[in-house]
Amino acid sequence: MSFPWLSVLLGLPLVGAVLLVLLPAGVAAINVKRAALFISVAELIIGASMALRFHNGDGTQFTEKHEWIKAFGAHYALGVEGLGLSLVLLTVILTPVVILASWNDGDEGRWGPKAFFAWMLALEGLAVGVFAATDVFLFYVFFEATLIPIYFLVGGYGGPNRAKAAVKFLLYNLFGGLVMLAAVIGLYVQSARHHVGASGGPSYLLSDLSKIDFGTDVGRWLFLGFMVAFVVKAPLFPVHTWLADTCEEATPGTSVLLVSILDKIGSFGMVRFCLTLFPEATHWATPTVVVLATISIIYGALMAIGEDNIPRLIAYTSVSHFGFIVLGIFVLNSQGLSGSNLYMFNHGLSTAALFLVGGYLIKRRGSASIKDFGGVEKVAPVAAGLLLISGLAVLSLPGLSPFVSEFLVIVGAFVYSPWAGAFAVTGIVLAAIYVLLMYQRTMTGPLREDNAGITDLNVREIVAVVPVIALMVILGFFPKPLLDMLNPSVHHSLVQVGAHDPGPNVTPSGSSDEGGAK
Amino acid sequence: MTTAMTAHVLMHAPPVVDPSSAHGVFSILWLVIALPALGAVVLLLGGKRTDRWGHLLGVATVATSFLLSLILFISLLGRHSGNRQVSQHLWTWFTAGSYHVEFGLLYDQLSALFLLLITGVGALIHVYSVGYMEHDDRRRRFFGYLNLFITAMLILVLASDFVGVFLGWEGVGLASYLLIGFWQHKPTAAAAAKKAFVINRIGDIGLSLGASLIFVTFGSTSFAVVSANAHNASSGTLTAIGLLLLLAACGKSAQFPLQSWLLDAMEGPTPVSALIHAATMVTAGVYLIVRSNFIFSLTENARTGVIVVGCITLLMGAVIGCAKDDIKKALAGSTMSQIGYMVLAAGLGPAGYAFAIFHLLTHGFFKANMFLGAGSVMHGMDDDVNMRHYGALRKAMPYTFATFSIGYLAILGVPPFAGFWSKDKIIEAAFGDNLVVGLCALIGAGVTAFYMTRLMLLTFLSEKRWEKDVHPHESPTVMTVPLMALAGLSAVGGLLLVNNWITTWLSPVVGAHVEHKLGVGSVGMSLIALVVVVLGAAIAWQLVGQRPIPTVAPEKVSFLTRAARADLYGDAFNDEVIVKPGVAGIRGLLVFDATIVDGIVEGLAAAFTAVSNAFRHVQNGFVRSYALMLFAGALVVLFALLAVNFG
Repeated sequence: MSFPWLSVLLGLPLVGAVLLVLLPAGVAAINVKRAALFISVAELIIGASMALRFHNGDGTQFTEKHEWIKAFGAHYALGVEGLGLSLVLLTVILTPVVILASWNDGDEGRWGPKAFFAWMLALEGLAVGVFAATDVFLFYVFFEATLIPIYFLVGGYGGPNRAKAAVKFLLYNLFGGLVMLAAVIGLYVQSARHHVGASGGPSYLLSDLSKIDFGTDVGRWLFLGFMVAFVVKAPLFPVHTWLADTCEEATPGTSVLLVSILDKIGSFGMVRFCLTLFPEATHWATPTVVVLATISIIYGALMAIGEDNIPRLIAYTSVSHFGFIVLGIFVLNSQGLSGSNLYMFNHGLSTAALFLVGGYLIKRRGSASIKDFGGVEKVAPVAAGLLLISGLAVLSLPGLSPFVSEFLVIVGAFVYSPWAGAFAVTGIVLAAIYVLLMYQRTMTGPLREDNAGITDLNVREIVAVVPVIALMVILGFFPKPLLDMLNPSVHHSLVQVGAHDPGPNVTPSGSSDEGGAK
Repeated sequence: MTTAMTAHVLMHAPPVVDPSSAHGVFSILWLVIALPALGAVVLLLGGKRTDRWGHLLGVATVATSFLLSLILFISLLGRHSGNRQVSQHLWTWFTAGSYHVEFGLLYDQLSALFLLLITGVGALIHVYSVGYMEHDDRRRRFFGYLNLFITAMLILVLASDFVGVFLGWEGVGLASYLLIGFWQHKPTAAAAAKKAFVINRIGDIGLSLGASLIFVTFGSTSFAVVSANAHNASSGTLTAIGLLLLLAACGKSAQFPLQSWLLDAMEGPTPVSALIHAATMVTAGVYLIVRSNFIFSLTENARTGVIVVGCITLLMGAVIGCAKDDIKKALAGSTMSQIGYMVLAAGLGPAGYAFAIFHLLTHGFFKANMFLGAGSVMHGMDDDVNMRHYGALRKAMPYTFATFSIGYLAILGVPPFAGFWSKDKIIEAAFGDNLVVGLCALIGAGVTAFYMTRLMLLTFLSEKRWEKDVHPHESPTVMTVPLMALAGLSAVGGLLLVNNWITTWLSPVVGAHVEHKLGVGSVGMSLIALVVVVLGAAIAWQLVGQRPIPTVAPEKVSFLTRAARADLYGDAFNDEVIVKPGVAGIRGLLVFDATIVDGIVEGLAAAFTAVSNAFRHVQNGFVRSYALMLFAGALVVLFALLAVNFG
């Protein structure tokens, strides 16, 4: 039996979380934090070693399968293809970054740093589970379980209205989860009826379920059940309002874990479940989803332009970016879907950087309101520089990694329909406005007296963010390793959904010599 | 007959980009970009440690790039004219389905000229900046940004793919943003920087969608593939691509209707205005159109759009230049106008491509010369930019005056200075195309003579108007030497036209040059243009030179003057039609989001719950019990979580 990479990645942080909680009360807070960081770095090293063993194009890898609940046909089954692996990598990269950046953010919360970092580690493990589950039931369990750590992280360590924000977060996501549960049960019924399991019984294995032809009506209902949950998660207009409310109250680190990683479950789920299991329904829903996604791009960006609260602003930029991600998925062509898969990773990086740097500034100023800042570049040039670079990544400046993904999505949208491309592309102008307006209002102009006490970033804070920015620069010029990982699974998804790329309108001349082919 | 037709088509078919791969001396091509990139990285990440020698490194990287460019150019000269396109593949940038984008460079007759302009003028302006920024404690950072700009600009003109151009395109936009806002503690500078970036992004819509349409049409965005297959595309598609690229060009080159950012961009330090907002970056739109000649040559409709934009802007810019008292803004209006000439020439197709580039080069010399001259004046006048406070500076600043005068004669189009050759050719080609277009170009020349003469009179001639405690003085050698070099180029730049060298040189890239014979002949046309120029200068002499100049701008002026002072109401229009309604709309949307959207979703939630309940009833009791158990389980978790009191 081969090494259970994914189980280790799943289990290590969960076990780590438990150990952290069990540490005797006498252990100094600093050692608790070091332990958490150590575990997350170990996780990163294991995750990276696993990625090095991944063979691009060989389908789902590092698979593990054990029967779990026979009556349901549920299995403990794990495995990743390109997209799943990229998101597992994103998770293991960002968690140590968040822990280091949030070093003191758990001190003042309700339960102190021990629980704070334990919940973060637990979340990391569960996130790996979501991205690696190849059994729908197991996926559902992880999907719901991730709500618990976020709920406690928001409710226990957030701003003054944290309790209300935590409840709103939970209600929205549980609602989505319950609708999905209906679909999960529906899947069980169908799998039992079609006898797809190994012994002729029901099965929740994706590999078994994808053999079923659900028929038009059932397929569409099941598709909707999953889609509703995913659309709430990767929030699209009009079910996005919880995101801004949650981010406003959460600590910056929690927001990163939520927006950069957990929200990806939504867009990841669309690709892995909606497209794979319900191709007919996917085609049926495409026009509606494309319209919703395009509205989200523009709507989220407009809200961000008007927003004065920095975390809320960043949350709205994500609504806009999830619009791009979902648009790329549902235009059902290689450019859109590759761009979208890449976008999930890149958005994780750019948003993490912006949330963390924004968080550093908010903590120093004691206010999250842009109105309260002004001229800060003068006293905190490093913070200003990092805020600008993160912002430029968010507005998809070429040379930073989000550009390639956004450009591909725009091209993919254009291939689908010039109108979709034309509406989506307005996002690039609006993004320039919301990012540069925020930078202008906080950093430029004369230094305000009440901002003079703001200090520049310390070494820990810089060290936490710099790897994210370095990764964005490298992947901006050289996204090939990531794309090579993603493209085979993109191709696979498109084959399963039965979509074909249209060829160029003009057939190329046989020779590039002038007139040679005429 | 078929053969004859084919021959005809071939004669007018735009040339194909078909480079051979770089070897020998050409394999150093990437270094031209890498050197300033290295400079930027060291200076921007090196921090205070590099303060002492940072500016020297900045100058050295660009100067070395210039030397390399010169070596490459000489090597290219040595090659046979059919073999002057060289490509260098660096790495595969990205792949999605059948779409491949390479990180590749294309060095040909067109990019060779740009390399010399960018690194040559760039190096001179770097040298000048050593003196100009001497007392700024962020000088090192300034050089870092300048190096970043040079890097991006070189990528722009060397990229072999529209997406590669886009990388450089946005890169120069970023450098421009950083440098306009270099003194960002000034709110006006910060606002101008943002405005420039945002308006450029509107243009970028054109480049994004243009690249998308090119991909949909040709399955690739590389110049080689597109140029080889362009003739197979439908005319509607070609026109659409052309107009989208024109939109992009309007943003970057400050052409109507996206012109309003350039005047505000003068908030940046003057070397920036000279390098980015006169000599190089703002001309990128002209480069894009000329580089895409394989599209534009096939679509007369798009070319007409280009010509219209060029004509409007050349007149607009000239009129604005007449009313400005701020020396840099007068020059900025002039830049708009001169780029209008280039755009107009590019819109003329094979008759004008080469002249567009010719004027771009000579303008790069004389306008950089004059901007740096203006900087030198400001340097001696305690950073005052108001020409009404100048006067009679010729004595205090003899070198600045002499070099500026050469730039003045060049932009007016006085023989034998550079502008005479390049602008004259455009006016001539414009008349060859269409009488109205020709008249626009001719009138523009007259207005140019007016505002430039006004500027000369206000600044260097007339009587002294500066205050007692201002002591105008000549700038240090490190600043005057670049002025002399640029003045020299402004004087002799016309040599590029000897034996029609530039049209011949560029013809493998932009197609064989087509000339329309005018009734008055070439010399006749030049004489007419010269008369108009003298007329414009004489009117300025009469109106400005023969009257006392008030140190405060008079309020009672004609409508046209007021309009020109307000940049022909471009900003007012944007404010009223876009910004104000936009802000109000967004405010409304915020309220809408917090009340209606949030509220409706609660209602939808109830509806979906009903749907999911319906599912439960579909199946038999066995399943239902499991389902209920699961729901119950989820609810227990829910209540357990809600029961926790966070306080």
